[in-house]
Order: sequence, then C-alpha cells, then structure tokens
Amino acid sequence: MGISPVLWQFLVKWLNASALFPSEASTIAPYMDALYFFLLSITGIGVLLVAVLLVVFSVRYRKAVHPVATQIEGSTLLEATWTIIPLGLFLICFVWGALLYFRIYNPPVNSMNIYIVGKQWMWKAEHPGGQHEINALHVPTGQPIQLTMISQDVFHSFSIPAFRIKREVIPGRYSTVWFQATTPGEYHIFCTQYCGTNHSAMIGTITVLSPADYKKWTEESTSGMSLAQNGERLFASMGCNACHSGNAAARGPSLAGVYGSKLLLNNGSQVLVNDAYLRDAILNPSQHVTSGYTPIMPTYQGQISEDGLIDLVEYLKNLSSNDRVQQTLTTSQSDQAAPSASGVVKP
Amino acid sequence: MPKKNFINAEHGLLSWLLTGDHKRIAILYLISITVFFFIGGAFAGLIRLELLTPQGDLVSSDTYNKLFTMHGVIMVFLFLVPSVPATIGNFLIPMMIGARDLAFPKINLLSWYLYIAAGTIMLTAMALGGVDTGWTFTTPLSTHYLNTHVLTTAVAVFIAGFSSIFTGLNFIVTIHRMRCPGMTWFRMPLFVWAHYAASILMVLGTPVLAITLVLVGMERVFGIGVFDPTKGGDPLLFQHLFWFYSHPAVYIMILPGMAVISEVVSTFSRKRVFGYTAVAFSSVAIALFGFFVWEHHMFIMGVSNYSALVFSLLTMLVAVPSAIKIFNWCFTLQQGSITFETPMLYAFGFMGLFTIGGLTGVFLGSLGMDIQLTETYFIVAHFHFVMVGGMLMAFLAGVHFWWPKMTGRMYPESLSKLAAVVTFIGFNLTFMPQFILGYLGMPRRYHAYPQEFQVLNVLSTAGATVLGVGYLLPVLYLAWSLKYGAIAGDNPWQATGLEWQTQSPPLTENFPEIPIMDHEAYDYEWLEHKTQHEVTHVG
Repeated sequence: MGISPVLWQFLVKWLNASALFPSEASTIAPYMDALYFFLLSITGIGVLLVAVLLVVFSVRYRKAVHPVATQIEGSTLLEATWTIIPLGLFLICFVWGALLYFRIYNPPVNSMNIYIVGKQWMWKAEHPGGQHEINALHVPTGQPIQLTMISQDVFHSFSIPAFRIKREVIPGRYSTVWFQATTPGEYHIFCTQYCGTNHSAMIGTITVLSPADYKKWTEESTSGMSLAQNGERLFASMGCNACHSGNAAARGPSLAGVYGSKLLLNNGSQVLVNDAYLRDAILNPSQHVTSGYTPIMPTYQGQISEDGLIDLVEYLKNLSSNDRVQQTLTTSQSDQAAPSASGVVKP
Repeated sequence: MPKKNFINAEHGLLSWLLTGDHKRIAILYLISITVFFFIGGAFAGLIRLELLTPQGDLVSSDTYNKLFTMHGVIMVFLFLVPSVPATIGNFLIPMMIGARDLAFPKINLLSWYLYIAAGTIMLTAMALGGVDTGWTFTTPLSTHYLNTHVLTTAVAVFIAGFSSIFTGLNFIVTIHRMRCPGMTWFRMPLFVWAHYAASILMVLGTPVLAITLVLVGMERVFGIGVFDPTKGGDPLLFQHLFWFYSHPAVYIMILPGMAVISEVVSTFSRKRVFGYTAVAFSSVAIALFGFFVWEHHMFIMGVSNYSALVFSLLTMLVAVPSAIKIFNWCFTLQQGSITFETPMLYAFGFMGLFTIGGLTGVFLGSLGMDIQLTETYFIVAHFHFVMVGGMLMAFLAGVHFWWPKMTGRMYPESLSKLAAVVTFIGFNLTFMPQFILGYLGMPRRYHAYPQEFQVLNVLSTAGATVLGVGYLLPVLYLAWSLKYGAIAGDNPWQATGLEWQTQSPPLTENFPEIPIMDHEAYDYEWLEHKTQHEVTHVG
C-alpha cells in the first residue's frame, strides 16, 4: 500500500463519513482502494497536465501577444516522451490490476463454500448445512468464503460493493468468487447485470456476523437437512443409485471418491472432476462417458432444478463409500416409497 | 452570397430526395440525426427525472427499462455512429481531397435511405410499445425472456448497420481513388486520415453485428440454440460477437470526432498540427488495436484468467495513441497565434473531457479495478465522457466550424460561446457525480436505488437540465442564422483546407476547376502568399 496503516484507517474513515466512498468490509477492499487511489492520482495528474498546457499556451500564445505563429514540424523526442511515459504508467496499471484480479478470483483452499442461485428476480443462498436464504446472506468474519454461483434463467451479476467483489452469474455454468469479511454489519447485495423488469429489485442484504453470532445463526436457521442429505434423497428418488451402485456388475461407474479425481473418459481425454463437471455430466451424460462404460445414461436436462443439481453435487462431493447407496437401493427395491425430494422439477 | 451554389442549384423537395450531391446528402443527414438526437435526448431526460428520487415512482419498471434501451439504441446507432462521418465527413471529404463528389453518389444516397428506413422501423417499434433489451441485446434475455419488439428493433439496427457500411466503403474508395493531382497521402488533412481509419472499422466490424443480430433473430424465432445453454449453446458467445463489433464501434464514433479537433485546433492556432505523421498513424493504430480489445467488456464473466490478461494488456496499448493525439494537439498551440472562437472552445472542452474519459478507461482496463467498477455508474460516466463529452463536443465544434461553409452564413458568436460554456458546465455536473456513484457500487440500469445514493443523483439530474439548455441553444440560433447570420465569405477562419479555397456555400461540383495540391496540409505560409497574391491581383 505504501501508506502507513494509521493514516490509511484515518483516510478511509473520513471518506466513509463523507458518503462519497464505500465502506471497507473485506480483506480485499484495502487492496482495491489502494489501486483506486493510484489510478485517481494518474488521472488527476494527466488532466492537470493537459489543463495547464492548454491554459499556459492559450495565455502565452494568444493572438494579442503573439500575432504571428511560428510553424513547427514536430519533435521526435517529444513524441517518444509522450508515447513511452504513458505506456509505462499504463503498464503499471496493467500489472497491478492483474495481481488484484488473480487475488479476487482465486479462492484460498480452506474457504467455506456457499451456493448462490440467481433467478428473475431474486438471490437464493444455499449453505452446505442446509440453511436457505432469499435475498439475504449470513456470513462470519475472519473466514474465507467461496460463492459457487449459477443462474436459472438469464445473466445476473452478484455484487457486494463494500467487499469490492462482483462476478457474473451465468445460465448453465458455475462461476465463483470469494471474500473474507472483516467488519460485522449489513451491506448491499446488488444484481448489476440488467436482467429484465425487476432488475433493480434484485437486491439483498449480506449480514456479517462475528464467528460466535454466526454459529448461533446457523443453529437457529437450519432446515434440518444438509444439502448433501437432500442430494442423497434425490440420488435415490431419481434412480441414480440403480446404476451408480458401486457393485462390480453395475451399469454405471461408482461415484464414491470420484470428486477431485482425474477421470479417464472413453474418448481418451482426462478430466478433473469438479462441481462444473458433475453438473454437466448429469445434464449431458453422453458427452462424458467414463472409460469402460457404455453411453446408456439418459439426459436429466429439464428434469432437475439448479437447486437439485447443487444438492447432488454436494452429495457426490462428500460421498466416500457406496455402503449407504447399496443400502438405499435394497430398501427402495423392497417397495418402500422413495423419499420425496424438493429438488425435482414438478411438471 | 454567391449567385450559384449547391443549395439553389435545383429547387423542390424531389431535387433533395433524389440528389447525388454529397453536400445535399450531408444536409439531409444533418437534419435527420438532429431529430433523432433530440428523441434520444428526451428519453435521457425522462431517465434523469425518474432518478431524482430513490423510489421508482415516475414510470413503471418496464417503462424505465424501455427508456434506457431506446435512449441507448437511438443514440448509438442513429446518432453517434453517423454523427460526424455522415454529416460533416460526407460534406467535406470530397472537398478536402479536391474531388467533385464521393466515388459512389447513388450508394451515398442509398445509405441515407437505409438510415431513414432504420429510423422509421425503430420509431414504429417504439410506437407499438418499445423494447427493453438494453442497447446490448444480451442473450438469453433478448432471445427467450422478453415479450417486446426485439425483432423489429434488431431489424432496424441491422439496416442502420448497412447504412454505415456503405458510408465507410464510399469513403475508402473515394480517398484511394479520387484525390486531386498533388494530393499525396501525407498531404491529406488529418480529418481525412481519421475518417479513413473509422471507415475501415465500419466496413470490417459492422458485418459482425449484422451476423450477430441474425443469430439473435433465428434463436428468438426458431430456437436454434446457438446461445442457449440448455441446447448446448454458449451464452457468452453472443457477448464475444457483440463486442467484437461494439468495441470497434466506439472508435467508429470517436475517430471522426478526433478528425474535427485536428482541423479546429490547427486553424485557431494558425499553425500546422504538431507531429502530423504521429497523429495520422495514431488513428490507424487505434483502428488496428481497436479490434483486439473486445473481451475487456467481459472480465467478470468467467472468461479464462489468462485471456483476460492478454486483453487487459492490449487495452492498455490502445490507450497510448489517444494520449499521443491529446499531447500533439496541446503542442499545436505552442508558438501559435491563438484565437478563441466557438469551435475552439468546444475543442478545448473535448480535450479536457476526452482526457478524463480516456483515463477512466484505464481504470476499467486494469483487471482488478474493473471488478468493482464494471456494470456500475462508473461505466455510464466513462462512456458518456468519451461519447458525449468527447464526441458530441467535437460534433458541435465541427458544426460551428463548417457552418459558414455549409450555409454561407455565420452563427452568432457570443451566443454560441455561451452555449459552449453552458454545455461544458452542464456536462460535468451531470456525469462527474456518476463516477463517485460507480465506486460506491450503484448498478447501472436501476429503476429504483437505495436512499444513500440520492444526493449524487439529484446533482446529476440538475446537470442534465443545464446540459439540455446547452443543446437547445445551438438549434435555435443556428436556425436563426440561416436567414439573419452575417455573410461568411469563402474563408472566414483563414483556414488552409481546400474546402475553404472555394466559395461558401460551394458549387454543386465543389470547385470551378479541379485544384492542384502543391503544398503540405496546414501550410499557413502558402495561404498567406495566396491571399496576398489575390489581393494584388484584384487591386
């Protein structure tokens, strides 16, 4: 930052009070603001320079005092100067901006994951522990949090100005962003990508709590079913377990421990199994056939909502053995009704 | 006033509607774009009025969305893109290179008719209920989720695109083939160079827009699924295609503005443009680099981090030629003999506001910074600084500068100076607060907004009111001057361009005989010689 922390704090507090500057509520915010002030000073100096040149030349060479112009061809030295100096400054902006970009878009490995589903015109947040929120998000301070986001319809964009983060929420594709909140309080969530009629009503509040308060909140607001548990129900009710049972004779590959592994496909390519891959393999199975298996899995496109997909992904992430899969299979074959799950799209 | 000129050469409405004269077509364009400017401006006025209060209380959300869409579509496709090239450029390019007309007069007329067709279709779409896609037509919103006149508007933009392609094509061929004897490339005014660069962008970029709009139409009507993820399409592909045109499009809009500034600054400093070659080639560099920066509109959209790096770097490079131009114009003043007529005031305004517009572009090109600023009012402020602060100032500079040539009459000087100052103040008051709103995080295209943003929005609306006055004034006094303005004479500014060496308004064939270019561009000593010679000759 190049500026003493005390001075920085003072400056930021003063600016905050003036309502001309957003509050700094995440670990990223000071980095963003430092670059902002650097860019502001370059702009200030640039504009001042142009203004001074215009004014000084206008006064000194106005017709009244300088009736005859001296014709000048140009100057290679000056051309080189105002090519190289701006270029150098812009390159600094490039490098600095790039470092910040990588910081904001590369989450730390220990971050806690929360899913966000955007739809016209609301934000749904799904915590792994089974807390569901609409147009609201509760997070603790001091813990890196990764948001895995997807849109159910059009492009949206998830923005928390006080945290200096924003990321497009894309239909049919997971995107991620992370932050670590520093100051308890309530801040705006905005949808910043125009998404139709009530675009400006697609706003919410993020509540930053101290770790103790957050723990209290999670206990009070859980729905009783974690995402993975929901996913397990779906896995059974949609009949996934019939083929992905982990039996040696099963028609589909075992999914236990598959998350995070490198998978060899029957077209010869190797893929890393992550959230995006799992989602895509459920929706477009014929393009993701594991080596040694036949493409018999039907597509689930249009049969399962984004929330349901998140539940399944969360379930598969945590699936380490097939014991329970086989157990469920036996019970459901013995004519016990499969538990209904909320993720299935009703016709 | 000269007895015979292009205005009184023929009479009757048909003589205008069927004309092949580039000057008459330019006048037709000037009238039509002015009409569309005020329609687009009226929408902007309503937007600012709505934003006076945080609640969405003046119009409904749907109406608000239509207002900003139609403001954007009209201003971009029916005002900014054709503003300088189709009016001032059309009028002057043949004269500046010593030709009698553009290479294809009929295609020139056709491009005006296409423009009018596009405008009519667009107005029809609005009369039938409007469109609310935003001027960017983002899929899948535009293809699957809106029930408004998307197709009609897309057709209008498609046709407007062809109008622009034809203009560009005409300019390129004319500049290559129709220069008068002695008019080498490096004797051409910088106005022509910048228009040449813009024309290349029009011809190469606009077809991509046309293709994209066709795909949007096919997707909307037949559901072909190029952009639809549920059918295996890629929703981001639309944005790649759209910005592949729409980023170069901002250079289509600004280069002709820069063209005007070079002429004005030189004339009122009575000095050749400092670093002629650097300014000429910077236009070409902008056109070239302009094609390789489109992804900077998509940094937060889940593009690969490494491709973002490349596009950020290229964005920084495209900023350099603009800086070169600004400094060269500043140093054109040095050792000059400067006067401050209205076009010069607008040119000064351009240089200040374009510098801010350009440097705030560096904020957005800087990857990390873009995350906070994109899709907020900072973007709105940035492109209005370039497009309104830059382009519109340049357009007004050009209209005032060449008004005596076009009409043979002078505009009223003090009133127009007042208008220039009012415009400058109004502009800054409107858009400066929006930079602050942007960093605070206020998203663009919001019908209602949180309470804490109100003060800055009120300032912005107040500024828009002042700006509106600044734009109405020229319409009134320029219309007045058509009848009551002082007779201008051939060369009221003592400028060096060939267009000033013939009568005002010019003959239909521009010059009694084709001129021979025997000097450099902006050769004020040549002009002085010539004037003295003429004086002795007559005396």
